[in-house]
Amino acid sequence: MTGTLSTSSQSTRIGATKYRATLRRTLIACVALTFVLLVAIVATALIGSERLPRTATLCALASLGRSACGLTSDQFDILFQIRLPRILLAAAVGGSLATAGASYQALLRNPLAEPYLLGISNGAAVGTMTALVFFGANEWSRPLLAFAGALVATFAVYRLARGRAGATPERLILAGVIVTTFLSSVIVFVTTMMDVTRIRSFTFWLLGDLSSTSEALLPLSIVIAVAGTVLLTANARSLNLLMLGERDAFDLGVEVGRVRITVFLVASLLVGSSVAASGSVGYVGLVVPHLVRLSLGSDNRLSIPAAAIGGALFVIVADSVARTLIAPRELPVGAITALIGAPLFIYLLRRN
Amino acid sequence: MIKYGDLLAVDGVSLALNPGDVTAIIGPNGAGKSTLLRALNGYLHTSAGTVTLDDQPVERFSRRTIGRHIAIVAQEAELRFPVTVIEFVLGGRYAWATNAAWGWETQNDLQVVEAVLAETELTRLSGRLMNELSGGERQRAVLARALATEAQVLLLDEPTANLDLSHQSSLLSVVRGRCDNQKVAALFVTHDINLAAQFADVVLLMKDGRTVESGRPTDVLRPEVLEQVFGVRVLVDAHPISGAPRVTPVHT
Repeated sequence: MTGTLSTSSQSTRIGATKYRATLRRTLIACVALTFVLLVAIVATALIGSERLPRTATLCALASLGRSACGLTSDQFDILFQIRLPRILLAAAVGGSLATAGASYQALLRNPLAEPYLLGISNGAAVGTMTALVFFGANEWSRPLLAFAGALVATFAVYRLARGRAGATPERLILAGVIVTTFLSSVIVFVTTMMDVTRIRSFTFWLLGDLSSTSEALLPLSIVIAVAGTVLLTANARSLNLLMLGERDAFDLGVEVGRVRITVFLVASLLVGSSVAASGSVGYVGLVVPHLVRLSLGSDNRLSIPAAAIGGALFVIVADSVARTLIAPRELPVGAITALIGAPLFIYLLRRN
Repeated sequence: MIKYGDLLAVDGVSLALNPGDVTAIIGPNGAGKSTLLRALNGYLHTSAGTVTLDDQPVERFSRRTIGRHIAIVAQEAELRFPVTVIEFVLGGRYAWATNAAWGWETQNDLQVVEAVLAETELTRLSGRLMNELSGGERQRAVLARALATEAQVLLLDEPTANLDLSHQSSLLSVVRGRCDNQKVAALFVTHDINLAAQFADVVLLMKDGRTVESGRPTDVLRPEVLEQVFGVRVLVDAHPISGAPRVTPVHT
């Protein structure tokens, strides 16, 4: 009996948490990141072209909008009708894109895989535009067709990238370039059919724009971001093995086909819903999972939920920069994320 | 136990793996050795013939069940993400996961992995990243992951291809130990006839997808048979220490 006990205590010591992810570490990381996220939400709610009194704003936020705490009705509306929905949308979009990126990377065994670079965001954009042109009145058609577009683009890239020797990282990126440019020309074609007044807002939207939050789509984006992250995290242990090779994963007992379909569907849904709400915000799915893996390791059970929260944080901060840098004018948030993401992409490509 | 029927690239090969036995498949390049191995765990489908596990066709089992019964040591794959040795080896416990543990390894999983790391002399390296290891150490980690599955059938695809002399025999000694102590049935594909002669109980000699000879090393590794299969003159004598057949090509 003593022997067994000493073995088990030794196990705990040698299988040290330092070298591998554990449930405990995951919970600690996620709680800590959530705390930072909440701080960021409150902090960025205070920033903007219109100055809000700090104490009253904090008090109103703490009451979750039930009390105005001395804010004027204009200030109250700015806070709860404009700023907070935009911040929450940024969180949903960031979380969705980072989770999707982390999952694509694990599934495709490629640290460079990213919804925007693979053309999946463009697929969703074509879907959204189709919805706008043909079913403009129906708000729900946008995320639905965006999802369909993302899914089609995902499969197209996947098929194109698969050579006889499997998909090399370079081949996947090339397939992404092909799909992206093809879909870009489709986007240009659809844009020319629009009237001139809409073209500018469209171009802005294409670069990633969080300013036009729809009241109906915001809750949908949040629900999809959370549910998608939970679903992908549930497949994280399988993704851990897929990350090391499809055949290895198969040998070790992973139902490779089922996991692949699940990830494609859920990740496309995440990309679709965020593109429908905010256009193509690029590089989030590259920057965030990379930083998460760098600091917390490659175990997807930890890195997927951490990337979700980190992605939310990243886009909230990027959007605050986008709306304050040249205030009262705004930059598209996608310009800010690309500014950070593109150099990182080059770094990763060189290191590969 | 596995019995094997037919396969397109491999035809008319029949083989049974018995608990405690080490079987070696040898033969020229393209003989269908690795194909045969891949069919045994269901990765490749057989067009005719059957693979049976405990007298049941292998297709009847779920991937998870097969993963608990048959482990593969593949040739080294490229790693694109930083993974520590212990994380890598814990991958072998995947098929044992229950929902009760929320997808996390249980204390039992950790104990199994600890024991396997000790068995493959990797305990010291368990916190290191896989891509920091030498080729020999990495191949040991691949073996450790396969052993962590606690599978009763172990299939090894050229496990010693990139290893130096001492690593070759230490790796196969671990396999031999498993077979002797835990009645595991092991099958390894190799190009090294002498390694097969030294470690295997049964040798299966293949050419063009067919069995040429099968049996104990001393019965199979005869000069006339080897010359016919490999097209080169060979000298076969007894190893001075182990007494196993020793094959040397003769260049004239």
